Amino acid sequence: MTLERMPWLEEVGPEADLVVSTRIRLARNVADRPFWGRNTAVDREGICRLVETAAAEVPELAGATWHRLDGLPRLTRLWLHERQVTSRELAGLDPSGRVRSGAAVLVAGGRAIMVNEEDHLRIQALVPGFATTAAYGQAERLDGELGHRISFAFHPEFGYLSACPTNVGTGLRASVLIHLPALVLTREIGKVLQGLAQVGLTHRGLWGEGSEVRGNLFQLSNQTTLGKSEAELLDHLGRLVTEVIGHERRARDVLRRDATVLVEDRVWRAWGLLRHARVLAFEETLNLLSGVRLGVGMGVLPPVPMTTLNRLLVAAQDAHVAREAETGLDDEALPAHRARLVQRLLDEEEPR
Amino acid sequence: MHLTEIVAGQVTTVHLCGRCAAERGIATDAEAAATPLGSFLAAMSPTAAMPPLPSAEAATCPACGASLADIRSSGRLGCATCWSTFERPLRDLVRRLHGGTRHVGEAYEDPAGVGDLEALRARHERTRLRDALRDAVAEEDFERAAELRDRLRAMEGDG
Ligand SMILES: [Zn+2]
Ligand SMILES: [Zn+2]
Repeated sequence: MTLERMPWLEEVGPEADLVVSTRIRLARNVADRPFWGRNTAVDREGICRLVETAAAEVPELAGATWHRLDGLPRLTRLWLHERQVTSRELAGLDPSGRVRSGAAVLVAGGRAIMVNEEDHLRIQALVPGFATTAAYGQAERLDGELGHRISFAFHPEFGYLSACPTNVGTGLRASVLIHLPALVLTREIGKVLQGLAQVGLTHRGLWGEGSEVRGNLFQLSNQTTLGKSEAELLDHLGRLVTEVIGHERRARDVLRRDATVLVEDRVWRAWGLLRHARVLAFEETLNLLSGVRLGVGMGVLPPVPMTTLNRLLVAAQDAHVAREAETGLDDEALPAHRARLVQRLLDEEEPR
Repeated sequence: MHLTEIVAGQVTTVHLCGRCAAERGIATDAEAAATPLGSFLAAMSPTAAMPPLPSAEAATCPACGASLADIRSSGRLGCATCWSTFERPLRDLVRRLHGGTRHVGEAYEDPAGVGDLEALRARHERTRLRDALRDAVAEEDFERAAELRDRLRAMEGDG
């Protein structure tokens, strides 16, 4: 079995050594259908048909794949979640969670439309690196195409209507996934994040519940969606992310100057373990990848392409490893399969 | 690595449902998250200092049937019409959440045109019946299909 590639994560984006990806999400609801909390299985089926019919007419979605999450085994749903095309909730991955009838996602490269999430449609675009405008452009085009074919709920004062008042207005949430190991090592991170919270930015981890952060990867997003235009929201986020990038680069300078041996030791250890360990838990892999990413970024380690490291972030997750090894999620050998997979991908793409 | 949540100094945040709170990076359990909306909307009831809302407590959304109490307990609106039905309490909530109430982003022109409440509700009901009819036909439940078709005809006859 060959590993499904993700071309959208394999291009080098702006600020690629620090920013893994930029994601845009637009929340949209169909005008005359009840929202999430008050709709029935028949309503949700109707939304699926609407989106499917509309999407079939959109040239940009010609090669898109339609996944009915309510008819898929857990492994496949988790796999889709690991590729960031569906939320945990929509994929029914919460411990108590069942998949809701009508839960679906339409996937076209880095773009995806979640159907029957908290909002009827959640239009998403994911691009590599720090590129809010490019990502928004992709989401906006899909929004335009679909909005011509489906009546979206829109209010002259409040804008695009959502099920939850936190998303009303533009329905826009822009998130930048950024790697900040030097700020963590120098213990500056708390101050930086606190500063961001005060100017209306939130952070959380990419994996796990709530604000749990792993692998020194932080997701920075805008908090409000109403009262500012899309361009203003993106600009605000963009300026703050640029500032955070500056803080991280300065923290790296401090590490380079004051802790050369310590940092070199850390990143070489990470490299050694990632290359030679025989058993790798995902959590450990994330931390090793963080060390390697820092080492490559600081010019200490061999220049492994950032795209390879991005790819590993996705491919080292449970469902990806299980699919690649043609085994199940409960296989005790999963960490061993993971170690082999990681090393194979590094061998394939190791610089000479 | 675990990072404890950052408490946003002076900034007070209103959480709605646990999911949106989590999405906004605020660790909280669902109960704690549901409460602020509840207490906020409760403060909007006629007993508060606000001018009494015209029977807002008793009113239900004409399209989906949700009451303010339903919205309060779930943290979510029932449908697009809820936004018009409970416009005043929602405006205050939205102002607190976003700092403004006026959408200045992209304008949207509905391809079908948005009707009044009655038309909206009728359209909604027709869509629902049409979907059910399609299902009944697909399942070869012709008795039910005939019944649904009659109801659709009656509705369309009404105007
Ligand atoms: Zn919510
Ligand atoms: Zn309603």
